[in-house]
Amino acid sequence: MPPDSSSRVLIIGATSAIAAETARAYAAHGARLFLTGRNGGRLEAVAADLRVRGATTVDTAVLDVTDHRQCQEAVEAAWAALGGLDVAFVAHGVLPDQARCQGSVAETVAALDVNFTSVIALLTPLANRFEAARHGCIAVITSVAGDRGRQSNYVYGAAKGGLDRFLQGLRNRLYHAGVAVVTLKPGFVDTPMTAGLKRGPLFATARRAGRAVHRAIERRRDVAYVPWFWRPIMWLIRALPEFVFKRLRL
Amino acid sequence: MRPYRSWGRYPDATPSGVLPVVWRSEPPELGRLPGTVLAYACGRSYGDSCLNDGGLLLDVSRLDRLMEFDEDRGVLRCEAGVTLAEILALTVPRGWFLPVVPGTRWVSVGGAIANDIHGKNHHRAGTFGGHVTRLELLRSTGERIVCTPDHELFRATVGGLGLTGLILWAEIRLKRIPGPGIAMERIRFADLQAFFDLATEDQAFEYTVAWVDCLARGRRLGRGIYMRGDHSPLDGPTPSPVRPARLRVPADAPTGLLNRLTLGLFNEAYYRAQFGSRRRAVVPYVPFFFPLDGVDDWTRLYGRRGFLQYQCVVPDAPGGDPIRTIFERISRSGEPASLAVLKRFGDVRSPGLLSFPREGMTLAVDFAFRGSRTLGLLDDLDAVVREAGGAVYPAKDARMSPASFRAFFPGLERFALQRDPKFSSSFWRRVHAS
Repeated sequence: MPPDSSSRVLIIGATSAIAAETARAYAAHGARLFLTGRNGGRLEAVAADLRVRGATTVDTAVLDVTDHRQCQEAVEAAWAALGGLDVAFVAHGVLPDQARCQGSVAETVAALDVNFTSVIALLTPLANRFEAARHGCIAVITSVAGDRGRQSNYVYGAAKGGLDRFLQGLRNRLYHAGVAVVTLKPGFVDTPMTAGLKRGPLFATARRAGRAVHRAIERRRDVAYVPWFWRPIMWLIRALPEFVFKRLRL
Repeated sequence: MRPYRSWGRYPDATPSGVLPVVWRSEPPELGRLPGTVLAYACGRSYGDSCLNDGGLLLDVSRLDRLMEFDEDRGVLRCEAGVTLAEILALTVPRGWFLPVVPGTRWVSVGGAIANDIHGKNHHRAGTFGGHVTRLELLRSTGERIVCTPDHELFRATVGGLGLTGLILWAEIRLKRIPGPGIAMERIRFADLQAFFDLATEDQAFEYTVAWVDCLARGRRLGRGIYMRGDHSPLDGPTPSPVRPARLRVPADAPTGLLNRLTLGLFNEAYYRAQFGSRRRAVVPYVPFFFPLDGVDDWTRLYGRRGFLQYQCVVPDAPGGDPIRTIFERISRSGEPASLAVLKRFGDVRSPGLLSFPREGMTLAVDFAFRGSRTLGLLDDLDAVVREAGGAVYPAKDARMSPASFRAFFPGLERFALQRDPKFSSSFWRRVHAS
């Protein structure tokens, strides 16, 4: 793994379990971190943990990602605080209740807003800055749920799938500026976000997921499944013909 | 959902629910929760002291953040769900070690305090709680109280089995070490008297412990291997304490796999494995302190019925009579007892009102759970311990009687005054029938 002691890393949604574990991996290598999160108390707890674990500096900013002006400002603040960025890692998201979304336009739109629109609001200024700097890496958490729409989870899946397409285009664009775009697709991870789901053998710990994310970012992978075994699983799921898939109860 | 069991996998208990506690800035409103509550992190207590049958568990395994580390003074502050493995991973490369470590690194700081754990250096360092300088307790009234060792509430919380409130964070004083190695010596001893002789040299070493073959009888009663060591620099790589074990027992073994025959063969092999009566080596600290962590879920070898660990301490007696009596009872009973661990506790006073360690000989033995035969033997052993003025360790217990508990823990009445009435456990309801 390349040394990343001088890495300047922005993490959006840093109090999420996977992001906090990824940040720990960066902290252990002495990185300089800028964290954003919705909740100041949580953010401070995570920041202190990372300082003890070896991060060279940790700055924080409270950010409500649904406010697009705040998104722009957070990117500017991080860029100024660290004198540029090597890695921007966008990790925030919510798992909406599919049944409630089906009964509520407001609920559905709110879920799309957090999981898709707000990410675009961050990626647009980030992409422009990275492109101009001709250096660095943008990493975004999508989901295996974005690989195929399923009746149990398609509002979330649609947002993550849309994000996937956006990132493909962005990767294509920024490739020519020497900037990497990493799409991270976690499967089931044992975190507060998935607390309502029944645990099974496919669940990975947040620690394992965070380390895999750190590795994928440092290796500038294009698309990384987290953990890796979701790649063949999702290959199979995508390979099923639609006339079969629509009959399944997934 | 995680399985919320105890380490011995006996008894079974079903909580009414589980509430994760993740952020210390957002403590749960305990007073509004139905029924009783109990903190749960790693589930490494053997019996029922970490279980709350019919009540709520507060899962603090994600309350796992470090807060502050003063690298010059060696003072660490962290949340209650942080494991000792995490602490060692951080501090050992910087030349600091936990003042006390138990036989597994997968215990939480909150659990280490609530059970006032001890280790192979008890004769010098006392218990874990003696090195805690501050802790914050969330009471069911909603109060958050920062306690220091001069508080009665602190003395009740250390060794207090999680019954005085929810520990949110603690501050621990670490100790300097010259490196990640242990310069150790293994000495084979032929009988109990030989062990007592070796134990007289304890003070010259930071860590001492003995493994004893419980199945040996007669002349060979109490034979075993004595280990002692000190911190030391180490050449070569140090295994990371946070890396999970490479081996894992994948499923429950058939009941009865560990019987007199298999354990007898194992004990014989273990006793003979060492060529010559003395061996010296410098080893990494992880395998020295945590040999059983090398195999994940090893307790599955005991099969579905689980096992009981019995750990007692008895005051020194000339000739070690109570310990000898206990070994004789175990050996005569025919119960398959596996690894036994024998150690001399020193005279450092434990800070907790319900702390288990006190000066004398401590013995820990695992028994496959075989119903009334096992329970009957352990009741017999309790009687020996009571007679000798000793105690049985609640963190390992699933069966002691209320009368025994009262006899073993004279600080009980003072403790009960500090207990938070909202907090309870299967253990507490069993031994404190009122």
